[in-house]
Amino acid sequence: MFTYARVALLALLLLSGSAVASSFDYYVGIGREATPDEVTAWDIDVRPDFVGLPRGRGTVDEGEELWEQQCAFCHGTFGESNEVFTPLIGGTTAEDIQSGRVRALAERSFPQRTTMMKAPTVATLFDYIRRAMPWTSPKSLSDDEVYAVLAYMLNLAGIVPMDYVLDEETIREVQQRMPNRNGMTTDHGLWPGASAAEGGIGNGGVPDVKNVVCMEHCKENVEVLSEMPDHARGSHGDLAAQNRLIGPVRGQQTLDPAQREAAAENPVIEGEQTARAGGCMICHGLEERIVGPGFAEIAVRYSEKEDAADYLVGRIRQGSTGVWGSTPMPPQTQLKDEELAQLVHWILSGAPTQ
Amino acid sequence: MSVPSGWPGRIRPAPEHFLSQEEVRAVASGRRDFLRSAFALAAGATLAGRAGAETAQGDPAILELPEWSTTLGRPVAATPYGLPSQFEKALARRQSPGLTRVPGSSVAFTPLQGLFGIITPSGLHFERHHQGWHDIDPRRHRLMINGLVDTNAVFTMDELMRLPPVSRIHFIECGANTGMEWGNVAVPTVQYTHGMLSCSEFTGVPLQVLLDMCGADFKRGRYILAEGADGSSMTRTIPMELVESGEVLVAWGQNGEMLRPENGYPLRLVVPGVQGVSWVKWLRRIEVGDQPWGTKDESIHYVDMMPDGLHRQYTSLQECKSVITTPSGGQVLLDQGFHNISGLAWSGRGRIERVDVSVDGGKNWMPARLEEPVLPKALTRFNCDWVWEGRPAILQSRAVDETGYVQPGYGQLREVRGSASIYHNNAIQSWKISEAGEVSNVHIR
Repeated sequence: MFTYARVALLALLLLSGSAVASSFDYYVGIGREATPDEVTAWDIDVRPDFVGLPRGRGTVDEGEELWEQQCAFCHGTFGESNEVFTPLIGGTTAEDIQSGRVRALAERSFPQRTTMMKAPTVATLFDYIRRAMPWTSPKSLSDDEVYAVLAYMLNLAGIVPMDYVLDEETIREVQQRMPNRNGMTTDHGLWPGASAAEGGIGNGGVPDVKNVVCMEHCKENVEVLSEMPDHARGSHGDLAAQNRLIGPVRGQQTLDPAQREAAAENPVIEGEQTARAGGCMICHGLEERIVGPGFAEIAVRYSEKEDAADYLVGRIRQGSTGVWGSTPMPPQTQLKDEELAQLVHWILSGAPTQ
Repeated sequence: MSVPSGWPGRIRPAPEHFLSQEEVRAVASGRRDFLRSAFALAAGATLAGRAGAETAQGDPAILELPEWSTTLGRPVAATPYGLPSQFEKALARRQSPGLTRVPGSSVAFTPLQGLFGIITPSGLHFERHHQGWHDIDPRRHRLMINGLVDTNAVFTMDELMRLPPVSRIHFIECGANTGMEWGNVAVPTVQYTHGMLSCSEFTGVPLQVLLDMCGADFKRGRYILAEGADGSSMTRTIPMELVESGEVLVAWGQNGEMLRPENGYPLRLVVPGVQGVSWVKWLRRIEVGDQPWGTKDESIHYVDMMPDGLHRQYTSLQECKSVITTPSGGQVLLDQGFHNISGLAWSGRGRIERVDVSVDGGKNWMPARLEEPVLPKALTRFNCDWVWEGRPAILQSRAVDETGYVQPGYGQLREVRGSASIYHNNAIQSWKISEAGEVSNVHIR
């Protein structure tokens, strides 16, 4: 039977002043014991010290095959990623593998901060791939497949050789080769728990940056260091339309008159609204591929074809796979007929945006 | 009260003055397209004085009775779930163009430029998802507690909502709020500089109560892992000290109703003072452990890079910060004369103690009024009187919390942390006001 507790019970007894006999069953009837299978089903985390790591194995070759099928469309064949996602691989060297500190981070000598440049612990990668990848069907990889995908990534980063077999034992060796394994510090004041000196993390909350309250003649001159360049005035749309119509201020009119008139005269493009609100743009960019093809790409392929509208309505309604890649698009049953028609009309019009 | 002669000319006429009476009626009856075209027409109508049709007899808005005074209005429950006025559509959540390319893993910012008081309307609460959001069936949602506990346990929503709840007002701020501004000015308005910030009344049960029920080992188990039920199954490590303080809630309520789906319906963790990523949404599991978990969002993201290339790991607390929301970037003052400078201050370490405001770029400061309530780890509204005489100005606010910590300037922050940290930028914000009354985002020394 489920046992109930102590501190809360005592607190409540004190508050109520009642003389209920000491019992762990204070919140009677609330909660039950989890079955072992239930805990196994959900307790999937893997800690940096490998607590929670499942048994399994995967090779670089197996990982490469999986990568091409399920990962490359977002992350690129070599983990360099397409223009949408931050690169996973790159910026690390053999010297970093020796030192455990990624030199390019300090020297700013690599344009991005890739996952492999930052990740201090290999278990973190295993945990995340297993719980959250692939993007559109998380938790679909078997443990062996997670090992294989991770082996391929580690090989791309030069951490393990082509013939490496990653398993629950060898992954511990890999930890000793992670390029940024010594690249983290917890010596700061932003951990809200016990300090390192007390067995926790950090310095106990001592701030690193200090200012003082000065009220008069605090400085001689004021120099503007940075402001929005003129050409970026309209970068966030018409700010007049992002502020209230009444009150002490208005939004600035940041679109030129021609743009404003166009925006005012065009009716709202319902199809675009459906694409945004209906979740389509999680996977489809306006121009470019994200997981599925960009809307503009679809327009190029189909806009001249007869029955294109009916074809796309069917594909969207019933789901589709194999046309643009192997990743399936699930059936979009949430869209009303009218919304679907507007959506397809908008796509075939080249997906214009307001 | 009389209007003095020589009253300064209006720099921007109010929009209702752009509309004919006929257009006003059209708008009132639900036709919005007039407003857009009215704005377009107004683009050139600066310094037009009181552009409306005021006559010797007076203001037509008074003299000609409007439709709402002369016709029957709409019935009750015409809108079963009430919505803001049709004239308030400008205040909406927005993405920052170019910040992210994948809307399933993006940010929508709260329009702080138009909000009052300290509570964020639930429909305007900022959004940040890691793998899209779902509208979860609450009857099928479960919370599991496992790890260093006597009994691994499962709770249904029915069971959790039978427990004695508490309701508390707290701010939630993304660790990356103002992150685009570390190096230089990048975005124009307070919605984009500071809009990953919201404040709500949350209702739920202290996590400590649930851990007590399960017989948690508080001696060895000094950390908890919180895990979401979404595709990313987001995980973060939280110190047991915060749980033991009673502040950490397993919450289902937000501003008197259930959480919105975008904010974690039906269950989320509330971790006052700590960055939003730790307030795990769609909460499905709490594990008690003796080590931190080093999850993706505490190893690869949400780590703060310092100038020497080291990353600070497990940075969680949101330090004291403030920002002026009116007037703020992208706005224009309608008039010279009296203005109320209004803004928000908050601290992850406790209550706001004071806020000072400068209108000369930090040479001189004056104390602002803190409006009640002033609650720990909640937004605090401040106001400050000001007469704008039409000269250029630079507005700043500087908050101090109950620990005595003073919000720093950009120079002080960058001196220690450089400008590549992405996270935890709590610098003093500067808004420049031009002679024309236009407000813009600047960084100053």
